[in-house]
Amino acid sequence: MAATETKTAAPPSGLAEFWFYFSRNRGAVLGLGIFLVILCLAIAAPLVAPHSPSEQNRAALLLPPVFAKGGQLTYLMGTDPVGRDILSRLIYGARFSLFIGLVVVSLSVISGVLVGLVAGYFRGRVDTVIMRLMDIVLAFPSLLLALVLVAVLGPGLVNAMIAISLVNLPHFVRLTRASVMTERTKDYVIGSQVAGAGTLRLMFMTILPNCLAPLIVQATLAFSAAILDAAALGFLGMGAQPPTPEWGTMLAEAREFIQRAWWVVTFPGLAILITVLAINLMGDGLRDALDPKLKRS
Amino acid sequence: MKKFSTLVAAATLATLMSGTAWSKTLVYCSEASPEGFDPGLYTGGQTFDASSRTVYNRLVEFKHGGTEIEPGLAESWQVSADGTVYTFKLRKGVKFQTTDFFTPTRELNADDVIFSFERQYKADNAWNKYVAGASWEYLTGMGFPELIKSIDKVDDLTVKFVLNKPEAPFLANLGMDFASIMSKEYADKLQADGKMELLNQQPLGTGPFAFVAYQPDAAIRYKANPDYWHGKEKIDDLVFAITTDAAVRAQKLKAGECHVMPYPNAADVDELKKDPNLTVIEQEGLNVAYLAYNTTQAPFDKPEVRKALNMAVNKQAIVDAVFQGAAKVAKNPIPPIMWGYNNAVEDDKYDPEAAKKMLTDAGVSGLKMKIWAMPVSRPYMLNARRAAELMQSDLAKIGVEVEIVSYEWAEYLKLSKEKTRDGAVILGWTGDNGDPDNFLDTLLGCNAVGGNNRSQWCSKEFDDLVKKAKVTSDIAERTKLYEQAQVVFKREAPWNTIDHSVGFIPVSKKVTGFKMDPLGIHRFDGVDIEE
Amino acid sequence: MLRFIFGRLLVLIPTFIGVSIIAFAFIRLLPGDPVMLMSGERVMAPERHAQIMAELGLDRPMYIQYFDYLVGLLQGDFGKSIISKRSVLTDFLTLFPATVELSFCAIVLAVALGIPAGMLAAVKRGTWLDQTIMGTALVGYSMPIFWWGLLLIIFFSGYLGWTPVSGRISLMYFFKPVTGFMLIDSLISGQAGAFKSAVTYLILPTIVLATIPLAVIARQTRSAMLEVLGEDYVRTARSKGLSPFRVVGLHALRNAMIPVITTIGLQIGVLLAGAILTESIFSWPGIGKWMVDSVFKRDYAVVQGGLLLIAAVIMIVNLVVDVLYGLVNPRIRR
Repeated sequence: MAATETKTAAPPSGLAEFWFYFSRNRGAVLGLGIFLVILCLAIAAPLVAPHSPSEQNRAALLLPPVFAKGGQLTYLMGTDPVGRDILSRLIYGARFSLFIGLVVVSLSVISGVLVGLVAGYFRGRVDTVIMRLMDIVLAFPSLLLALVLVAVLGPGLVNAMIAISLVNLPHFVRLTRASVMTERTKDYVIGSQVAGAGTLRLMFMTILPNCLAPLIVQATLAFSAAILDAAALGFLGMGAQPPTPEWGTMLAEAREFIQRAWWVVTFPGLAILITVLAINLMGDGLRDALDPKLKRS
Repeated sequence: MKKFSTLVAAATLATLMSGTAWSKTLVYCSEASPEGFDPGLYTGGQTFDASSRTVYNRLVEFKHGGTEIEPGLAESWQVSADGTVYTFKLRKGVKFQTTDFFTPTRELNADDVIFSFERQYKADNAWNKYVAGASWEYLTGMGFPELIKSIDKVDDLTVKFVLNKPEAPFLANLGMDFASIMSKEYADKLQADGKMELLNQQPLGTGPFAFVAYQPDAAIRYKANPDYWHGKEKIDDLVFAITTDAAVRAQKLKAGECHVMPYPNAADVDELKKDPNLTVIEQEGLNVAYLAYNTTQAPFDKPEVRKALNMAVNKQAIVDAVFQGAAKVAKNPIPPIMWGYNNAVEDDKYDPEAAKKMLTDAGVSGLKMKIWAMPVSRPYMLNARRAAELMQSDLAKIGVEVEIVSYEWAEYLKLSKEKTRDGAVILGWTGDNGDPDNFLDTLLGCNAVGGNNRSQWCSKEFDDLVKKAKVTSDIAERTKLYEQAQVVFKREAPWNTIDHSVGFIPVSKKVTGFKMDPLGIHRFDGVDIEE
Repeated sequence: MLRFIFGRLLVLIPTFIGVSIIAFAFIRLLPGDPVMLMSGERVMAPERHAQIMAELGLDRPMYIQYFDYLVGLLQGDFGKSIISKRSVLTDFLTLFPATVELSFCAIVLAVALGIPAGMLAAVKRGTWLDQTIMGTALVGYSMPIFWWGLLLIIFFSGYLGWTPVSGRISLMYFFKPVTGFMLIDSLISGQAGAFKSAVTYLILPTIVLATIPLAVIARQTRSAMLEVLGEDYVRTARSKGLSPFRVVGLHALRNAMIPVITTIGLQIGVLLAGAILTESIFSWPGIGKWMVDSVFKRDYAVVQGGLLLIAAVIMIVNLVVDVLYGLVNPRIRR
C-alpha cells in the first residue's frame, strides 16, 4: 500500500524540473505569456472592454479602426455593421473560445481516459468493441462528422462543443489505451496487484498517473484544435449563433463585408490565430518538458 | 452507338472550340445550383432561371422587366363572359429545340400544352410521379387541381381551359414558371426509352436558349436556339457559373470572370457602383418582410397593443443596418410597385413615448415576448437576426422584454404556422405573379389561418373585400377593393410591415439589354454583349 | 503479407456496417423534414405532405428503412437526392475527382516543401533558420484556414488580380470530362491555354488546403530526423568524415521516412476535413462543398450516401497506408 502512494506522489523536484525544461523553450514561455494575457482579458472582460459587446451605436456603423482614415479613438478596432465595438466583442469572444476549449478538453479527456482505461486494462472483447467503435468515429473526417452532428442536435454553442468533444474522443481513447497497455505489464503494477490492490485502485491510482504525460500534451493540442473547430463550425453557420461574439461566428457574419470593411474580417481571424498559436507554443514546451520524464520511466 | 456519341461529342467540341474564337458568350454568376430542370417540381428562383426562363416558354409571358402579361406561345385568347372558360390560340410554326440528345419532328401543338399541365395534377398521368416525391408545389399552391375542370384540345392550335369558378389571377398564373410548355414528343420518347428522369436533367423546350450541359455545382451551358420563334438571340452561348458566395460572385464580376451577378451583398453595392466597368441595375422587389404577431393570443389580440409595438420599432434603422439602405420601409402588405397599392395609407409613426403610453393605456405592463428570427437570408430580409436584435433594443425602451428565438429553417416554417405559436415571427413573401391577391388573400385571408397566415388573423371585413376582388375581373374595381382592404389591415395591424427590399444587379458595361425583373427572375433574352 | 491485408479487410466489414448505421441514424434524427423545405414560405396541405413522405418512403418504421437502405447499398445503390433526384453515387463520382485533384496537389505541395524544410531545420538545429522554419510551421499549423482563404482571395484575387476567384477552369474552355481531373482533361482537350487556366484556378485552393499538412509534415520530418541523427550509426557515419548532408541524404532520410509516411497517411482525413472548408470558400465543385450544401439543404439521401462514401474512401486509404507501412517496416506485421 505504502509503496503505491509514494509512487503516485510527485517528487518534490517535479515542478522545478518541469519548469526548467519548459522555460528552456523560449517559444513556450512566449506562448504561455500570450495565453495568460488572453486569459486575463477574458476573465476581466467587463472591466477592460471599452464597450458592451452588444451595445449598438447606430451613429457608428462599420467604422474603420483608429489608425485607418475615418477611425475614431473610442473604437480602436472599428465597429461592425450594427455599430458594435469590435475590440470589445473580441475581448468577450476570448471568453467563449477559452470556454469552448476547456469544456471540450474536459469532456473528451474525462470520457476518453475512462473508456481508454477500460479498454487497455481489460483487453479482450470489451477492448475490441470499444476500438471498433472508435474506428467508426475515425472513419469520418472530423469536421464533417461534427457538422452533421450539430445539424442533428441543432446549431448552437453547446451542441457544437458536444460534437467536437465526440469527434476528439478516439484520440484520447487510443492514447490512454496504448499507455495503459505498456504500463500494465510493468513491475510496479504487478507488484501492487500482488500486494492486493483492487481493480479501480490499480486503474486510477497506480496506472493512470504514469500515463499522464502524453495525455497532457494531447490535451493541449486538443484545446487549440477545439477552438479552431468551433470557429470553423461557427464560420459554416453551425456553431454559436449570432449575436454571440464567438470569433468564428463573427467571421461568418463579417463575410459579406469582405470587400468593403476588411477590419471586420481581419481581426476575428487574427484573434483565433494568435490564441491557437499561443496554445500550440505552450504545447510544444510541454512536450519538451515532459518528454525526458517519459523516456526515463 | 459509342462511335456515334463520340462523334457528337467531337462535333459539339468543334463548334464550341471554334466558338471561342468568334462567338459571343455571356457568363452569369448564378447564386445556387438548380434543384433540377423541371420547373414544375421546384420553387427555387435559381431553378427557374436555369430552366423555365432559358429553355422554356409559356402560353403567356410577363413583359420583360414588368409584371404585365403579354402573348407568349399563345398568340391570343378569349375569356367567356362568366370568367370560367379561357380559349387560347397557339402561335403557328413554333419549333422545339434541336439538341444532341433530341431532334423534334413536329412543331408545337395543343397536345404539348395539355401534357404540360395534366402531368402535374392528374394522378393517372404516367408523368405525375416520374420522380419520387414530386410535389408539383406551385401548381398545387395556385389551387389548379380544384380550379381546373378540364383542358381540352379544340384543334391542333386551339386549347380551351374550363374552370370550376371564375378566378381573376388565372391568366397571370399561366405566366408563372410551373406553367412552362414542354414537348410531349420528347417526353414520349423518354418514356419509351425508360429514361423518364432525364426530363428533369436534360430539358428541351421552345425557349431562347437550348440546354447543352450541366456540370453539377459548377456550371450550366446553353446555346442560342437558332429556331427561336422570336428570332435567334444575339448572344451565342450562355453560361451559368454557379457561385454560392455573394462576396466571391462580386470578386468574379470585378475580375471579368462573369458579366452579370444577382444578389450582391448589400455592403458591396456602393463599391460595385464605383467600379467604372460595371453598371448596377436597381429594381424594387415585389416583396415584403413582416413581423406577424399571433393575434389569437393575449395581449396581442388587441389591435392597440400591436399598434403600440409597431410604433416602438424604428424600421428605418433596420433598413439601414440590414440592407445598408437598399430597401424601403413598408407600410402596406403589398409593395408600392404593384397595382392596387394604397399610397394614402399612413404608417404607424415611430414614437417610443406615445407607444409606451398606448401600452399602459391598454393595461399592459412588464410585457415579455418572443421574436422569431429566420435562420436564412432571403431577398426581403437579408439578416433576420440582426433585425430582431434591433427590435429587441427598441422594444426594451418601452419596457417590453424580447427574447429572440430561431429554429432550423424547415422547423421554423412548420412551427411558425401553428395557431398556438408563442411569439411574433419575422417572415416575408416574394410575389409570384404580380397580382395583389397573391399577397393579400394568400397571406392574410381567413382560409390561410394555420397556414400562410402567420398572424392567425381572420377579419371578416378584410376577408370579404379580398374574396370579392378575387372573382371580379375589372381591374379598376379590384383596385378599389384592395385599397380598402389595406386600410382595414393598417387599422387592425396584424403585422408590423418591415420593408420592401430593393434588388441590385451589377452588370458589366459590355452587356446591353439586360433588364431586372420585379418577379425576381433573371432573363437573358434580348441581351447582347460587346466583345 | 496477403494474410495481413486480408485480416485488415475483415476488420473493415464491421466498421463499415457501423458507419452505415451511424450515417443512417444521424440523418433520421435531423430536425425538420425535407418535404417541408421543398415548399419554403409556401404552405403545403398536411394530406399532401403525408402523401409525399409516403412516396419517399420516409413514413415507414426506421428498421425497415434501414434494411431497404442496406439492401440497396449491396446493389451499389446509394440512394437518390431528394432534391435533384439524381443518383448519389453518380454525383459523388462526378464531384470526387475535383476533390482528389485538389487534395493530391495539396499533399504534393506539402510533401515537396515540408520534407526539405523539416530536414533543413533538423540539420541546422538551433540556428535562426531552424527557428524561422519551425515558427512558420507552427503558425501554419495554428491557421484557421477558412480565414486564411478569405485573406488570400482579398489579396491575390481582389487587390492584385493575379488569380481567379473561384471555380476550376475559365468558363471560356469547355470540354467533356474524360477523367474528371481538370489538369488532365485540359491537356487531352488540346485547347490552347486550357491547362494554364486550370493551373491558375488551382493555386490558391491548393495553398490553403496544403497549409496544415505542410506544417505537420515539416515538424514531423524535423523531429524524426533529429531522432535518427542522434542514433549511433549516424554518429558513426559522421565520425567517419561523411558530410552532414550526405549522412542526411543517404542514411537518415530513409529511416526518418517511416513516421513521415504515417503522418502523410493520417493527413488524408485532415485533408478531407480541410477540403470541406476550402471548397466552400473557393466554390470548388468537390464533395466537401457538396456535403456542406446538402446538410444545409437537408438532402437526407445525399448526406447519408455521401457520409458513407467518404468514410469508405478514408477506410480504404488507411488500409493502403497500413499495407505500405507494413511493407516498409515488416516488424509490425507480426
